[in-house]
Amino acid sequence: MFRYTKKTLLREALLILVALIFLLPFYFLINLALKNGNDALTTSAMQLVTNPTLDAFGQAIRGGRQATLMDGMLNSIIITAGSVLVLVAVGSISAYTLSRRTGKLSKAAMGLILVTMVLPAQAAIIPIYVGMRNVGLVGTHAGTIIMYAGALLPISIFLYMGFTNGIARDYEEAAQIDGASRFTVFRRIIFPLLSPATGTVAIFTGLIVWNDFFTGLIFLNGSDAVTLPVVIYNFVGESVSQWNVIFAAIIISMVPILAFFLVAQKKFIQGFTGGVKS
Amino acid sequence: MTAQLEQKAEGARVTGRQPRSSKQNSRKGDRNTERRFATWWWFTPALLALVLIHYAPSAIGGFFAFTNWKGLGKWKFVGWENFAAIADGGPTTTALINTFIIGISFVVLTNVLGLLLALGLNRTVKSRNVIRTLIFAPVVLSSLATSYIWKFIFEQDGPLNEFLRSIGLESLQRTWLGDPSTVLPAIIIVMVWQNVGLVMVMYLAGLATVSPELEEAASLDGASLWQRFNYVVLPAIMPSVVIAMTLMLINGLRVFDQIQALTGGGPYGASETLAVTIYKETFVMGRFGFGAALALVMSVIIIILTVAQRLLLRTSSKG
Repeated sequence: MFRYTKKTLLREALLILVALIFLLPFYFLINLALKNGNDALTTSAMQLVTNPTLDAFGQAIRGGRQATLMDGMLNSIIITAGSVLVLVAVGSISAYTLSRRTGKLSKAAMGLILVTMVLPAQAAIIPIYVGMRNVGLVGTHAGTIIMYAGALLPISIFLYMGFTNGIARDYEEAAQIDGASRFTVFRRIIFPLLSPATGTVAIFTGLIVWNDFFTGLIFLNGSDAVTLPVVIYNFVGESVSQWNVIFAAIIISMVPILAFFLVAQKKFIQGFTGGVKS
Repeated sequence: MTAQLEQKAEGARVTGRQPRSSKQNSRKGDRNTERRFATWWWFTPALLALVLIHYAPSAIGGFFAFTNWKGLGKWKFVGWENFAAIADGGPTTTALINTFIIGISFVVLTNVLGLLLALGLNRTVKSRNVIRTLIFAPVVLSSLATSYIWKFIFEQDGPLNEFLRSIGLESLQRTWLGDPSTVLPAIIIVMVWQNVGLVMVMYLAGLATVSPELEEAASLDGASLWQRFNYVVLPAIMPSVVIAMTLMLINGLRVFDQIQALTGGGPYGASETLAVTIYKETFVMGRFGFGAALALVMSVIIIILTVAQRLLLRTSSKG
């Protein structure tokens, strides 16, 4: 029944057309970033660049009054890696604890985690900001990592629990008979078995942290620890209407994540839908 | 040391519970092994995070929503004053209405277009993997960064106006983001473009669970395309519909990045939403109490609309 007919061909052509229109913004992005300052202003955005140059990229890398793109990139890497590390470590061991303990305490803890989903997160960010300001954590890598890890921990625990509940206890029992301590059992046996969940947690939370603008704007703007989206935001404000330079900066900021996506796109889509569904 | 203490405490608990657990002998063994494998000490970092990042700040934020706190110094109770000010017909009321308009259009458009794309790409089309990857790509990119591409497209001398001129529709040209009548649709287009790939992928996952045999049987029995969709496909993808609509509703009501990048809330507040107003009032103007009240309103709206949507979907899927 589902053979390739003339109708399918028509559908395919239509979909390719839709995809091309959908991708037009990327054409403008790359095309304009390759133009020099003069051509960017005088030629049409649709017109293909005639003498491509990397001038705009040079300007973008040198630009940025407070923090350069490379500063932002480094900060984003530190903060994303730090948050993901905490989320994987704390998320996996907490989920394991909850799925091995089935008493009332465990039910209560699960409830505590569930209710966070309906707490007024927008109202919470203000007291967190004030509290962190009082202990000097605003504008630091550590403070931002604590903020992200804490905020995303419920999701991380949920994702892990989907896996920890399904692990048979035979391995753990065997290891314990051989004299392994509780933590050794977790570290050497359980954690490796959880690696698919670790992949999902890392991709899902890593993307949220890497792309987040709001938290960075509030907690980091004006400090040395600004993340990439905040650097881009300030950069656009400083380079009024120099669209070729702005676009070069945007391309540079997109390269790491896009490279990652194209290499591991299947894992990405799985990780993202898996994360969303829990 | 702590592990030893824990074990002793557990020993005490086991003996204490002995009489009661006799009626569930089969589960007693399980419980003992549970105690051997994990300790509650391992949950303390999570508990700390829950209390310090979720519960305590939410409670404090909810409390300060009823004060005129400025983030520093003295404050006093103002009762419902902040909430009355939100609804008094001023700029915050516009923000409230805009949030609804954006949230609802965003849910509808992302889901309709995402479903259409998923249905189109579902089977037989040869280039489906490539197209799926390309349409998903904006999802992984920063919505702030992609919004700037669109800001350029909507400029006075940008590609959109240029395109309209080239096909002889000069009369339609305008400053899309500077015109109060077009600024919201423009923002919604950008948001839909960024997120439709995610919805599409969620529907593709749902469509993969529809059995081709069942569809074929329906088709042989003379069911039309619409009937096949309505009676065979839709019931099977209902879980995806619920998840995709809930997620998009929450994301739509919380929109911040796109607006901050495209308009900053302008022209003259015509595109302000609750999230943008919260940012301005709290972190630019320093009105923490009022900002907390706005945040509380936004959270409550999100909860109410999410629950209402779920109930609506439940009744419609049964009926």
